Amino acid sequence: MESEEQKPEEQKPEERIHNFNEVCFGYTKEQAIKEAKRCLQCQLPLCEKGCPAGISIKKFIKHIADEEFDLALKTILEKNSLPGICGRVCPAEEQCKKSCISRPAINIALLERFAADNAEKIAKNIKKTCKKIAVIGSGPAGLACSSDLALMGYEVVVYEALHKPGGVLTYGIPEFRLTKKIVMDEVNYIKKLGVNIKLNSVIGKLFGIDELLKKYDAVFIATGAGLPYFLGIEGENLNNVYSANEFLTRNNLMKAYKFPEYITPVKKSKKTVVIGGGNVAVDAARVAKRLGSDVTIIYRRSRKEMPGRDKEIKHAEEEGIEFRFLANPIKITGKHDVNGIECISMKLTKLDDSGRKIPMPVQGSEFKIACNQVIVAIGQGPNPLIGKTINLNTGKKRNIIVDTDYQTSIKNVFAGGDITSGSATVIKAISDGKKAAKIIDEKLKRG
Amino acid sequence: MYKIREKKVLAEKTVMMKIIAPDIAKKAKPGNFVMLRIDEKGERIPLTIADHDLKTITIIFLVVGRTTEDLSKLDEGDYVLDVAGPLGNPIEIKNYGTVVFVAGGLGIAAIYPQLKSLKGSNKIISIIGAKTKELLFLVDEIKENSDETIICTDDGSYGKKGFVTDALKELIEQEQINHIITIGPTIMMKAVSDITKDKNIKTTASINSIMVDGIGMCGSCRVHVNNKIRFACVDGPEFNAHQIDWDELIKRNSKYKEEEHECMYSKDK
Repeated sequence: MESEEQKPEEQKPEERIHNFNEVCFGYTKEQAIKEAKRCLQCQLPLCEKGCPAGISIKKFIKHIADEEFDLALKTILEKNSLPGICGRVCPAEEQCKKSCISRPAINIALLERFAADNAEKIAKNIKKTCKKIAVIGSGPAGLACSSDLALMGYEVVVYEALHKPGGVLTYGIPEFRLTKKIVMDEVNYIKKLGVNIKLNSVIGKLFGIDELLKKYDAVFIATGAGLPYFLGIEGENLNNVYSANEFLTRNNLMKAYKFPEYITPVKKSKKTVVIGGGNVAVDAARVAKRLGSDVTIIYRRSRKEMPGRDKEIKHAEEEGIEFRFLANPIKITGKHDVNGIECISMKLTKLDDSGRKIPMPVQGSEFKIACNQVIVAIGQGPNPLIGKTINLNTGKKRNIIVDTDYQTSIKNVFAGGDITSGSATVIKAISDGKKAAKIIDEKLKRG
Repeated sequence: MYKIREKKVLAEKTVMMKIIAPDIAKKAKPGNFVMLRIDEKGERIPLTIADHDLKTITIIFLVVGRTTEDLSKLDEGDYVLDVAGPLGNPIEIKNYGTVVFVAGGLGIAAIYPQLKSLKGSNKIISIIGAKTKELLFLVDEIKENSDETIICTDDGSYGKKGFVTDALKELIEQEQINHIITIGPTIMMKAVSDITKDKNIKTTASINSIMVDGIGMCGSCRVHVNNKIRFACVDGPEFNAHQIDWDELIKRNSKYKEEEHECMYSKDK
């Protein structure tokens, strides 16, 4: 019997702009089973080729169809320790789902999320080797690498600079898109695998890489891309001009949206302009909206070129966030606080190296938007802290240079995720972490 | 969790705490700071490491807002949830010749480890000031570690009557000065910078911007230095005073005045 594509319930836009609760409720049991039963169980599952974590998708979906949710989760955990996170933030439409031959394609990520949310994550008993590994950073790359190494029997210690684990999953991605309860739940599962997470440990300051190498057999650096870029235009240091990182960290990590219950403040503004077109820009805009602001996103290219995930852009549109495409800021105005932003219209010309059209300013097309808050979300660079304190080969953007084996210029020191590539996606970081774990294991075994 | 081993009220609204943090203590250098969070709902605040031994770091703070007030109510044996550090760049320890420290208010705590590290190889002259005698602290410690100490109070209740800047102007006329380090309220540091710029005396200032993470990830503490955006947390907190955009810094540091008020008020309710 054919059944229709299952769509999960979502919080209505007019309601959700007043709270930080999750937008998508995920599948009910009935929906998950129906969706799983639509899977054709192909002999050669192409979806699995599209999964950077290498999950046995066909098998876990079959378990859901059979109502064996614990087995479904067990199958996923064999390859991916972060299913609740991936089920929410993986761009499945460009990976597993894209390769699915069912029409419409199976909502694999939603099924992964369902399994994560509806079964208990049971940590296996692992026989420990005597080798020790230090992982720096507890974001997606660090968590993926440490959990895989723990499963291989290594003793793993993760050093996290902030007071909470999770990296960008905790300070960057808002609650309504990725609840912090899920992040902590998956971090706790990884702890149960034997991974020790040390918070408030700023490597490069508290301990040097050289000191870690005396205590550990290998070091994996996964400190991410947390350095906010600024525009370099006039007025950028006026009050109420935030980097997206600051705005998101205040709200996500420090819970400023619950001020004054939580002590960290954030400015509430009537009108916010967000500059940028990526997921971070969209996240910041949606947070500002929930704090009661009217929000306009300005982006120098058109809707089509926006690097943000389509689903999130649609959610933002539903929430009444205005988009002003083909516009670039030239000056932020105000005396003490921001009172507006001057922009210029852009037109798209020939393709650049990334295959996107280059935006060029249109002479004489300047215009002004009145606003009292500006959020700069034009990208982040690799965290420079470690590169400054040890003689590692780094690139132009101060990213750590690694070979195809995630090996840095120092023996037994590996690196992966955004610290090597600049700002990319959560799933790319997870994939790096997993691959690096495998390579570290091979290298240490070879000696 | 980090235990408060010792607590002492040094002056009106000025509290000293020794916190057990051996790993941080081992690495602490003059000029470093820590980020501290009291509890789950707390904010992260930067505090200069005023001293350290093998086991503890010493912080000295002025009760100015919600977090410092809450912190001041903790006692010996109590814990704070998070302390991260040592952060920021330490000061350069070298032979300058004659070094003058100009500190006001809480800045007195911040110059203390610095002058200790520079004494011996330099002639140290300290100018410290506060509104009144009751607000002064660490006077003996500063005197002990300086070749010469000038104390100023606005009301003349201790030492010279007047501002530290008045004492500095006088001193510049009498003494050949090679280097000046100023730490204190931003307005005071700006005034010091203006004086020494005219006299062409190299001056560094340790700025106290508003921070969130303290590790270079948000840019809340940014300020223009020599026309470039610099983060106080990772590029500073010490900069060439003559290159700092002081007006911008003063403006940025007043950003959350209203919220600070709301926060205190909400607590009383």
